[in-house]
Amino acid sequence: MAGEATKALSNDVLWGGGRSPFSISYGKMMMWFFLVSDALTFSGLLVSYGFARHSTTEAWPIGEEVFRALPFLHGSYPLVYVALMTAILIFSSVTMVLSVEAGHRMDKKGVIKWLFLTVIGGAFFVGSQAWEWSHFIHGGGGYITTPDGGKYWVHNDTHDTHDPANAPGFHLVKARPGHYLLPAEGEHAHVEGAQAKALWASRVAYIDGANMTRNEYGPPQYANFFFFITGFHGFHVFSGVVINLIVLLMVIRGVFHRRGHYEMVEKAGLYWHFVDLVWVFVFTFFYLL
Amino acid sequence: MERDDIIEYSLDAHHGEEEGRRIRRKIWMVTLLLAVVTTVEVALGAYWKEWMPGSWHLVKWTFVVLTIVKATYIVMTFMHLGDERRNIRAIILLPYALFLLYLVFIAIWESNYIHRVWTEFL
Repeated sequence: MAGEATKALSNDVLWGGGRSPFSISYGKMMMWFFLVSDALTFSGLLVSYGFARHSTTEAWPIGEEVFRALPFLHGSYPLVYVALMTAILIFSSVTMVLSVEAGHRMDKKGVIKWLFLTVIGGAFFVGSQAWEWSHFIHGGGGYITTPDGGKYWVHNDTHDTHDPANAPGFHLVKARPGHYLLPAEGEHAHVEGAQAKALWASRVAYIDGANMTRNEYGPPQYANFFFFITGFHGFHVFSGVVINLIVLLMVIRGVFHRRGHYEMVEKAGLYWHFVDLVWVFVFTFFYLL
Repeated sequence: MERDDIIEYSLDAHHGEEEGRRIRRKIWMVTLLLAVVTTVEVALGAYWKEWMPGSWHLVKWTFVVLTIVKATYIVMTFMHLGDERRNIRAIILLPYALFLLYLVFIAIWESNYIHRVWTEFL
């Protein structure tokens, strides 16, 4: 990129006072400092997730087994939905950097076009996250535990979780030992009819979906980390969409054109890329590993 | 009052059509790279058990390395940090990297001990 930062300057000029030795404006530098501190917050969350997972003596759920649903479709699509969300966020990052590039050419129309697409992409991502949260909270039917320490997944045809035993197609599937989400293998794993109803009646607990104290996917901490990490990130995305929208309105009104530079787009862009950057890490350390 | 202590560095951050074409080309190349890496990660996450069973450690470290590759391209190209002066680059990246390496090290180290205490004494 052409500009002040790439100019060759002697050290005397650079560090001689009267100018920033970084050849960077105050606003951009402060945005970078904020991003470093925000990155530390996210690092703290992800490292504590790693700590919890590494020290646990229980089984810990695996991303590809928890997140395998798609809207409007039945069946198992491991990680496909999260991958779509990642793609949406990366592409909205690309439109943002194109908007910044247009700003460096003082191309107001280009800035508006790409920034508008960025806002749309961000809104799509927040919406996708709302769906994922809803799906995570409602769960897939839940499981019961029995007095002899058994664990059975609850199934019925209508996905009824209020009175599943009286719903059509009610049956239980034994859980595989040592695994949170996988069913046991073989014929004996399926329990139907009166036997299933007797097991249901003898249940110690029925755990269905997810909340802050317990969830059907794994240890309580698993859902808590899911809510905190993706929630904190989602809030960043939401803030980013609002900021981008405000900047877009200012661009349309010609504020930055009159000012002579589009640095505000660049600063909002730094924040927006950071949100994408964080998601890259959340995607790896929460969903993949 | 007119301030004379501010140099408007941003007024200098302009480029022409020719330079713009080159930059856009770079942006699209990085986009392609990020898309390919993400696709590889998802495919590996979903199918590694069929493709290379039992090699979870290799898969895990592949994820970590690919993530750092992606992060580098986002920070250096999309956030233009590669185009800034070396001193601001160092001020942003070095303290963060040093602190984070320590944090990751201490968290993994300590969680190992806690895991052992919970398995052996509880």
